[in-house]
Amino acid sequence: MSAAPMLTGALALAAAWIALGVAGLAAMQRLRLVAHLLFPLGGAVGFGLLAVGLAAVWQGPETLVLPIGLPGLPFHFRLDALSAFFLMVLGGAAAGVSLFSAGYFRRSEGTPPGLLCFQYHVFLAAMALVLMADDAYAFMVWWETMALASFFLVTANHRIAEIRRAGYLYLLIAHLGALAILLCFGVLQANTGDYSFANMRAQQLPPFWASVAFLLALVGFGAKAGLVPLHVWLPEAHPAAPSPVSALMSGVMLKTAVYGFLRVTFDLLPGQLWWWGVVALALGLASALLGVAFAAAQSDMKRLLAWSSVENIGLVFTGIGLAVLFAAYGMRGAMALALAAALYHIAGHAFFKSLLFVGTGAVLHATGERNLGRLGGLLRVMPWVGWTALLGALACAGLPPLAGFVSEWLLLQSFLFTPGLPNSFLNMLVPVVAALIALVAALAGYVMVKFYGVIFLGRHREEKLAEAHDAGPWERVGMLWLSAGCVLLGLLPAQMLDVLAPVTRLLGGGALAEGSGWLLVPVSVERASYGPAIFAAGVAASCVLAFFLVRRLYHGRVRRAPPWDCGYPWQSARMQDTAEGFGQPVRQIFEPLYRMRRQLPTAFDAQPRYAVEVGDHAWHALYLPVARAVEAAARTIGRLQQGRIAIYLAYSFVTVIAILAWVSA
Amino acid sequence: MSGQLINLFAALLLLLAFAMLSQRRILSLIHLYTAQGVVLVCAAAVMGHATHQPHLYVSAGLTLALKVFVIPWILHRVIARLNVRWDVETLINIPTTLLAGIVLVIFAFNVAAPIAELSSSIARGTLGIALACVLLSLMMMITRSKAVPQVIGFLALENGLFFAATAATYGMPMVVELGIALDVLVGILILGVFLFQIREQFDSLDIRHLEKLKDQ
Amino acid sequence: MSPLGAASQLLEIAAALALAPLFAGWVAQCRAWLQNRSGPGLLQPYRLLHKLFHKDSVIAAHASPLFRIAPYVVFGCMTLACGIVPTLSTDLPLSPAADAIALVGLFALARVFVSLAAMDVGTAFGTLGARREMLVGFLAEPALLMVFFSAALISDSTSLTTIVKTLSSQALVIRPSLAFAAVALVMAALAENARVPVDNPATHLELTMIHEALVLEYSGRHLALIEWASALKLFAYACIGIALFAPWGIAQAHAPGALLLALPVLAGKLAVAGFALAALETLSAKMRIFRVPEFLGMAFLLAVIAMLVAILLQGAP
Repeated sequence: MSAAPMLTGALALAAAWIALGVAGLAAMQRLRLVAHLLFPLGGAVGFGLLAVGLAAVWQGPETLVLPIGLPGLPFHFRLDALSAFFLMVLGGAAAGVSLFSAGYFRRSEGTPPGLLCFQYHVFLAAMALVLMADDAYAFMVWWETMALASFFLVTANHRIAEIRRAGYLYLLIAHLGALAILLCFGVLQANTGDYSFANMRAQQLPPFWASVAFLLALVGFGAKAGLVPLHVWLPEAHPAAPSPVSALMSGVMLKTAVYGFLRVTFDLLPGQLWWWGVVALALGLASALLGVAFAAAQSDMKRLLAWSSVENIGLVFTGIGLAVLFAAYGMRGAMALALAAALYHIAGHAFFKSLLFVGTGAVLHATGERNLGRLGGLLRVMPWVGWTALLGALACAGLPPLAGFVSEWLLLQSFLFTPGLPNSFLNMLVPVVAALIALVAALAGYVMVKFYGVIFLGRHREEKLAEAHDAGPWERVGMLWLSAGCVLLGLLPAQMLDVLAPVTRLLGGGALAEGSGWLLVPVSVERASYGPAIFAAGVAASCVLAFFLVRRLYHGRVRRAPPWDCGYPWQSARMQDTAEGFGQPVRQIFEPLYRMRRQLPTAFDAQPRYAVEVGDHAWHALYLPVARAVEAAARTIGRLQQGRIAIYLAYSFVTVIAILAWVSA
Repeated sequence: MSGQLINLFAALLLLLAFAMLSQRRILSLIHLYTAQGVVLVCAAAVMGHATHQPHLYVSAGLTLALKVFVIPWILHRVIARLNVRWDVETLINIPTTLLAGIVLVIFAFNVAAPIAELSSSIARGTLGIALACVLLSLMMMITRSKAVPQVIGFLALENGLFFAATAATYGMPMVVELGIALDVLVGILILGVFLFQIREQFDSLDIRHLEKLKDQ
Repeated sequence: MSPLGAASQLLEIAAALALAPLFAGWVAQCRAWLQNRSGPGLLQPYRLLHKLFHKDSVIAAHASPLFRIAPYVVFGCMTLACGIVPTLSTDLPLSPAADAIALVGLFALARVFVSLAAMDVGTAFGTLGARREMLVGFLAEPALLMVFFSAALISDSTSLTTIVKTLSSQALVIRPSLAFAAVALVMAALAENARVPVDNPATHLELTMIHEALVLEYSGRHLALIEWASALKLFAYACIGIALFAPWGIAQAHAPGALLLALPVLAGKLAVAGFALAALETLSAKMRIFRVPEFLGMAFLLAVIAMLVAILLQGAP
């Protein structure tokens, strides 16, 4: 037995994922083997990681040095409560997605199944190893592996130009982010030349350099997490990838960025300054608002979910920003609450967003449509996908008693602590932030009603939808597990908070009040409490009671007839609201946020056409000018290129002369 | 108890200022202005009662006569004579104005906080609210395109100042107060004449026409 | 859980279930009086429910089970909501399970279900109603939440029973921040309960309706449950208003006598609230749907100012 049993176990499981990937390479074209053996085994590894994480979260940190990698530069690994929590999230979500993938991948995908299996499992293993890395070298190696593996997964259908473009954009921004992270680690090691996290922890950086490191971390990890204004790749790349990969990217990969941000801000940096919190809060809020507003305006189901991920990451960063703010003023209890809210949202989002993404995958396979305007009424032909997706949508909308509501509740509770802040300006500003969070949460409900209602409810907008087939057995198991996660995280918040307590303690937060059995009590019962199990039982009891009383006292007779619709005689499925129609009120209210181009029909058009194109201001105001500037610079530099060897040699010659002159001077 | 009441009146004043900012009709604007006058009277009377300062009662009476009866009556007559009961046109749409209003409130509260520390009045906490009322009224004047709402905005601004004086220092000296009251009365009369002149000149009360007066 | 607590909890839910249609009838009756009509009588809602329960339920041929589940869920949510808001007593065993934020979530859950059910049949009016309901909801919900927050800042708690206990133990002066919160709550409640400036509960004019368009496809017992649930919702909102702005007379824990007294006090307060609502509805005109976001935006901003004022005046003596 080694000295670090949990860490060894977790590393072994990550190695098992890599081994499964390699096995996939060996069975390159054997779809059945890959699908029905390797992917379910990958799912089992996920469950294992969940169990290891759950066991390790209670323990003190374990460290291990493995002599792999470059000579003299071994990999340091460390498993503490923070890593253990994120491993749990990774394992739990990956288990469901892998089981779903067992039934999902077909031969028609551009990449052969074996290669896909390899990329998929390397992606998973890289994420696990990023979470356990304990020096900048190991962190960056696995971070880049993760980025590359996910890039190849995004471009699985590389024959489509649009997907190649999305993948390129993703890779570009991922590398910009990686550059910032590298610089951040460079600042953190404070000229000691030792890149292990232990050394970084020991450094006492002056406030200026600490702020530089924080901002670099915010840029680097924010780019990966999809924080505004570095979010543009996300709504392009997530819809382009195959659905299980989108699920993993949205559900887990974004969270590794949050992990990195938490690690740097609370663990590696010596202390926090209050304005860091304001910056993180502002960016998080902007992401949340922009994400939900754009989600409401989308008409592609996967793009809608991708924008919703921007929103959820925004909520997480809002919680973290608040935690930084509390930490800077030494309010440890409030900080623990805000952190718990952010971490809870991470766990919840991993489950419900994965569930919704794999749900769209099932719909995509069954119908071949991604456009909301051509779907509808799928609940009747795909009951498994429909009902599990309903749970996911309700959780994503932040409705009690499911997962999304708990984190929202904790976040709003932590806002109520802000009147204790010693800074009066922040005191005034924070209620406005709380109001905006409430607005975002309510809008998320709007978005999810649109998403679910247009896809699964109503009548089929196309004839072919009546022949859509439901998900297969593997897919059902995967979706059931993910929806069980949504329900359990919603119903057992007190138990979950016990798991979170070591994590918040590790990051410097104070103690949370003990949850008493079924009740979630962050401070005291007088102050606030929430008991979702009692809550759900109350709603369920009154539903069931009402049902039986109505049956008993009256009758249960039902007649079926054509819909009434105010007696309107000609009805067709085309009369239902389209996705554009359903999003119209939000588009109108938040008009300044969008860059909209509309084509409205006139009254005299023989064939009236309506089109609306919703663009992102950030893309036009930020990215295109930068791209143009880069191109202009490249053209300028391009003049140096003459095509004559003699001139190139002259360049080198002049350079050598100049350097010699400079050195001697 | 009286401190609580003053706070309540201050909040009502701010509420009325926001209501004015969001109001589209001139007639309702005048009603809201009258209501502001009533709140001011109550606030001054409660202050007088709490601090045993008789001159506050006088100023309350003066406010009652002027801001609850005379000025609203003049305004009613003006809009009846000018026949301008129509909806107010705003230069900026109302939700945006209200959002800007919130920002102003936060700003005013923070600006007033250090000043309020210096005061010993029982109502010093309300200084921020009074300042917010002044700023909101000023913004109302900026965002309206017709002359009558601008005049009402000006009057509401004076209300805010009056309240600030009452809250911070238990009112201004009697002479100053009487002077201001007279100023406001004369001001409204002059503005009334002015409004008729604008209308005669341009056949409209839209102040955008005044841009034509600029030296070309 | 004390026996008295359990009794007051059950009494409260029973009172809500029994009184909610009466309250709706009272509002309709007051409205009729104010409009010089004779009115259908106080008991009309009960007759309507009785009639609807007896009728067969007619359901669209392609409606999914969701459509049939939704009325029960909505009814269950509203029942629980009435059980959480302290109307008769502050000694409620269900109260720790759900605070003010959870109450707002409960309303949201009901709204989402009824909107999904409206989309399920797939008619033009159903989706129109769902869209408008969600539009009203996403603006009114944060306003309601901020109203609760400004009360929570005063009592330092989001638990409804603690809020009521704190507020009712004070002198008869309304907190300044609550003045804003009250206006915001009234505006949000008018919108959420489909009352006049936003929606007209008596109309079936296709293009203007919101709530009626949502429940257009329901009939028989399902419609009865939905109607009952909307009466409960109106009742719950009235009780929220009473609990926040006129909490006096709600029995404190361990006082059986006060519990008996609380019922007539509540009835009196509700009668006043119902009359005020009817008067408000009679005096205002229904606004265009495009003005609704502005109206609710105003409510939202007022609630935010209520919080700001609460924080500003908290430091002041």
